[in-house]
Amino acid sequence: MLLFSKIWKTGIATELLEPRDPAAVAVGRDIERAVQRLLGRALAIREVDAGSCNGCELEIAGLASPIYDMERFGMHFVASPRHADLLLVTGPVTRNMEIPLRRTYEATPAPKLVVAVGDCARTCGVFRGSYAIVGAVDDVIPVDVHVGGCPPEPTDILRGILAAVDRLPDKKASSTPDGTRTVSS
Amino acid sequence: MTLGAAGLLLMAVGFVGGGAVAAVWPTDRGARAVTLAGAIAGCFGGLIAAVFSMATGRPAAAHLPQLVSSAGGIVLGLDRLGALFLALVSTTGLLAAIYGASYTKEYEGRHSLGMFGLMFNGFLLGMSLVTCAANVFTFLLAWELMAVTSYFLVMTESDSPETRQAGLWYAAMAHFALVLLLPMFLLMAPDPNATTFADLRLGARILPDVARDGVFLLALVAFGSKAGVVPLHVWLPRAHPEAPSHVSALMSGVMIKLGVYGLLRVLVDFLGAGPAWWGGLVLLAGSVSALAGVLYALTENDLKRLLAYSSVENVGVILLGIGAGLILQSYGLPALALVGFGAALLHTVNHACFKALLFLAAGSVVQQTHTRSMEQLGGLIKGMPYTSAVFLVGSAAAAALPPLNGFASEWMIFQALLSGAQTPQPGAAIGTPLAVGVLALTSGLAAACFVKAFGITFLAMPRSDRTTGATDGHWSARAVMIVLAGGCVVLGLSAPLAIGAMYRTIDAVSPIVGPVAAGVNARVWLAAPSGLARVSPVLLALLLTSIVVVVASTLRHRGLSLRYADTWGCGRIHQTSRMEYTSSAFAEPLRRIFSELYRPTQDLSISVHPESQYFVRSITYTSHIVPWFEKALYDPLTGAIKKLATWILRLQAGSVHLYLLYVSMALVAALVAAWWSQ
Amino acid sequence: MSGFMTSIAQAIVAAGLAPLLVGFIRWLKARLQGRRGAPPWQPYYELRKLFGKEAVVSHTASWLFKATPFVVFGTAVAVASLVPLVLAPPDPFAIGDLFAVVYLLLLGTFFLALAGLDTGSPFGGMGASREMTVVALTEPTVALSIVALALKAGSTSFSQIVTRTIAEPGMALGPGHLLAFASLFIVTLAETGRLPVDNPSTHLELTMIHEAMVLEYSGPYLALVEWGAALKLLIFLALAANLFIPWGIATTLSPSALIVGAATFVVKLAILAVAIAVLETRVAKLRLFRVPELLSASFVLALLAVMSTFLAR
Repeated sequence: MLLFSKIWKTGIATELLEPRDPAAVAVGRDIERAVQRLLGRALAIREVDAGSCNGCELEIAGLASPIYDMERFGMHFVASPRHADLLLVTGPVTRNMEIPLRRTYEATPAPKLVVAVGDCARTCGVFRGSYAIVGAVDDVIPVDVHVGGCPPEPTDILRGILAAVDRLPDKKASSTPDGTRTVSS
Repeated sequence: MTLGAAGLLLMAVGFVGGGAVAAVWPTDRGARAVTLAGAIAGCFGGLIAAVFSMATGRPAAAHLPQLVSSAGGIVLGLDRLGALFLALVSTTGLLAAIYGASYTKEYEGRHSLGMFGLMFNGFLLGMSLVTCAANVFTFLLAWELMAVTSYFLVMTESDSPETRQAGLWYAAMAHFALVLLLPMFLLMAPDPNATTFADLRLGARILPDVARDGVFLLALVAFGSKAGVVPLHVWLPRAHPEAPSHVSALMSGVMIKLGVYGLLRVLVDFLGAGPAWWGGLVLLAGSVSALAGVLYALTENDLKRLLAYSSVENVGVILLGIGAGLILQSYGLPALALVGFGAALLHTVNHACFKALLFLAAGSVVQQTHTRSMEQLGGLIKGMPYTSAVFLVGSAAAAALPPLNGFASEWMIFQALLSGAQTPQPGAAIGTPLAVGVLALTSGLAAACFVKAFGITFLAMPRSDRTTGATDGHWSARAVMIVLAGGCVVLGLSAPLAIGAMYRTIDAVSPIVGPVAAGVNARVWLAAPSGLARVSPVLLALLLTSIVVVVASTLRHRGLSLRYADTWGCGRIHQTSRMEYTSSAFAEPLRRIFSELYRPTQDLSISVHPESQYFVRSITYTSHIVPWFEKALYDPLTGAIKKLATWILRLQAGSVHLYLLYVSMALVAALVAAWWSQ
Repeated sequence: MSGFMTSIAQAIVAAGLAPLLVGFIRWLKARLQGRRGAPPWQPYYELRKLFGKEAVVSHTASWLFKATPFVVFGTAVAVASLVPLVLAPPDPFAIGDLFAVVYLLLLGTFFLALAGLDTGSPFGGMGASREMTVVALTEPTVALSIVALALKAGSTSFSQIVTRTIAEPGMALGPGHLLAFASLFIVTLAETGRLPVDNPSTHLELTMIHEAMVLEYSGPYLALVEWGAALKLLIFLALAANLFIPWGIATTLSPSALIVGAATFVVKLAILAVAIAVLETRVAKLRLFRVPELLSASFVLALLAVMSTFLAR
């Protein structure tokens, strides 16, 4: 009974996604409109740790909490890549995790998206040049959206995923000369 | 000579001729062919006689009073009940013989196929004669013939010690049953010279109550031991796996049903109605058999032994139906009792069909892979598509899944038990719901058991090299198995017609007016006694297939893109068969839950590096389950018999003078007895 | 013929309603956890997405793996046409009674367990083994609950049970009825993979029972399996509601009776869904080897239900 009175008193703790967040999200390649429409409202996400320090994982774990609540956008985590639509990859790709990462990508049914989270996933971060690293995530599997930060805030990660399926609450897309689309406020 | 008698003659000639000629034929290959010819002729003869008797209602009879006339001679009489079982024997025998023709090819040169042919035809003859015997001498002669020939058949591969052990247990239990059968029959006979079944029928009706109870108990123990009722079933899981597979199919599918036949003959035909505790005892025996059978089947890794324990479970289910019938009969509800007996008979026929199918399919697997252990099998569905498909049909039937035949007969037994629950007597009203619970538990556990049997043997990847090169086998074996699988489906869909035939069979033996369910088309619907609950396997099958067809065609119309990839294994590099679930792993949760019953012994031995106990060289884990009632019941019994035998051994001292003394003492005793009886 | 058409219509309505039921429970649990959660109609979006994806099948799997989703979905739809949802099927069209329904669902579970073994993955085997254990242990409870109901009604046919209970309202408050309802509710949780037996939203494979068997399924196959599981939940809840509290169910084919039947059906389902959501928020998942204790407790309840039904006569 104490539990239910506490539930009643706490209420809904979810914060609304603010429209004005810093632009840490970079969309790497053009994603088909048909794919975005298919996956837009029901996205199954499989998280892969390709060698990160787990800082990004802690932030990703926050996504499922009441404050950030990714479920309200129709996203949820799944255990098997066969059930997944989107791979959320963190960390630079270490030698031991190169094959598992490739296999995870192959195990996911098409159409699929990949979002790389964190500076390490994009540019190997502080681990660049290490003997244990194969490269960035984009060197192993094709990445659709990069979310920068060390670690990025959960809201940035959310905006990154939403950008992949083109369901950001606001969007003003502008093309930069090198072909990547950056989503800015 | 009527058609029925002609059929019986053909049956005798076929089996005897086939057996005798096969025994003296010089080549093994010819002996195989002669065995098959004799078996086909004999089975056809039996089928003709059985169908004649069932169709016309007139018993087929034959009489040979000159043979051993002091015991009454050979008297054969085939009424409806016997005809049903004879049809069962003949059909299954025919299919097993055809299968066996290709199966025994691998015995050429290793074992004498002439001897095998003699014993096989003798076995079929013995089983057929049991069903048409009409006096005590013929019955016991046929019973013993059946036991002896099957002993030799079990011992075909006698080079292994397990087979010899199995044969010993089998011979001991079969003769234990015989020893009890004699007094049972003689108790019922009104006169030492009147030993035909007609006389027994009259004699049993005028027996005092104590003698009737005695006959009931003797019949239950003797026929129960043949049928495989716990705790008298110990020979079954030993003998059935060791025998050649088509012989196992016959033993499991037909021979143990002859125990059920004997039980029905004595209880329903001769004794008629009895007190309620008879039915309660049969219900108890059935419940224990069903539960113990399926629980031990679950933990088995030997494919054929798993099927043997499953036979024990199904005999328990049959006894549940008989028990329900007996209880309802004792409360003066003959119409409801008919449902119980009819359901038990239907399950007898259905079990014969799917168990023979399962044993023959298992035989194909064992023949191709040379192992019975499921821990070494797997992935056979790719190499043996026909065998795996028919094994799947047999497994689904054994798990009582609609719309196959196992479901129909279990549904009828549920309804029979439910009618028992509605009687006002407190004993029945509490006992029958418990029996319903036991039946439901066994069918759930049987489903788990057959998921294990089919899944571990046929699916996923091979667990050892033994499965390489396994193919489906000879076309005749495949044809036989497909016919049996078709039989399971047809018996399931036409269950309403089959149960009607069972009702008529019981009615012919013991006049019980069948239940009248108003407004029910008895060709399409299986109806409960009150007629209020009903199920139609045909319509269920139609409903299911139409839904599946609609969904599948919609999906195909929309287009389904398919891609093949490796099994998801968390990204690991290799997928090997070591990562699959094993047969003991599958049953492990249930083994833990029922550990009080199983009492598994576990042994863990760790060998370490000589210089440090922290470096482990190898770990060996062994777990063994010995059925506890064997330890509790049979070990003390065999120990006592051995002690007694050792004590009596003292009489054989070896001295000639002592033996001469024995002879003269016996002579004096005989003279005294002769003088006394005057 | 019209009865046949209404059975088919009932099955279609049930199949259409099942994802909404699952979504509603999920939405309610999210609200109880203090977050907004996905809207209750989220499972429809998920099914639509899954039908648009490709299906990836393992090399080790056989034809059985591809056939199982159809068997699972087909048996669920077939059962939905047999049980009383909006309308109690009149006797001439009842092609199955309670026992037939139980065994049809067992057919679906049988094939799903085989499909779990077919992939050769240890998770599939583990899911198959655990699921068959739980199902085998729930069977006697289900049978005894059926016996308790059938003893009162005189038969195991649905329309008989429904009409008898409507005719004797006092019977519904009897101890036999309440005990049977409690045991059937526990069986529902076990068979449909709900807390405290199995967590439907877990990601830890070693804690999975039902989910472990479907880890290899993708695309339209996964959609059919998930839809079949949702339909199974709806069927069990409908059985619990309509067999024990049948008022409002349509017994004739008149439009007004059907509308009232549909409305009461939705209300009853909603109440049971709220009960499940609250229960799942309150309790934690049981260890696997504690589940038999829960199931034997439900068996004892069912046995007591039978005995009190007998004594009350």
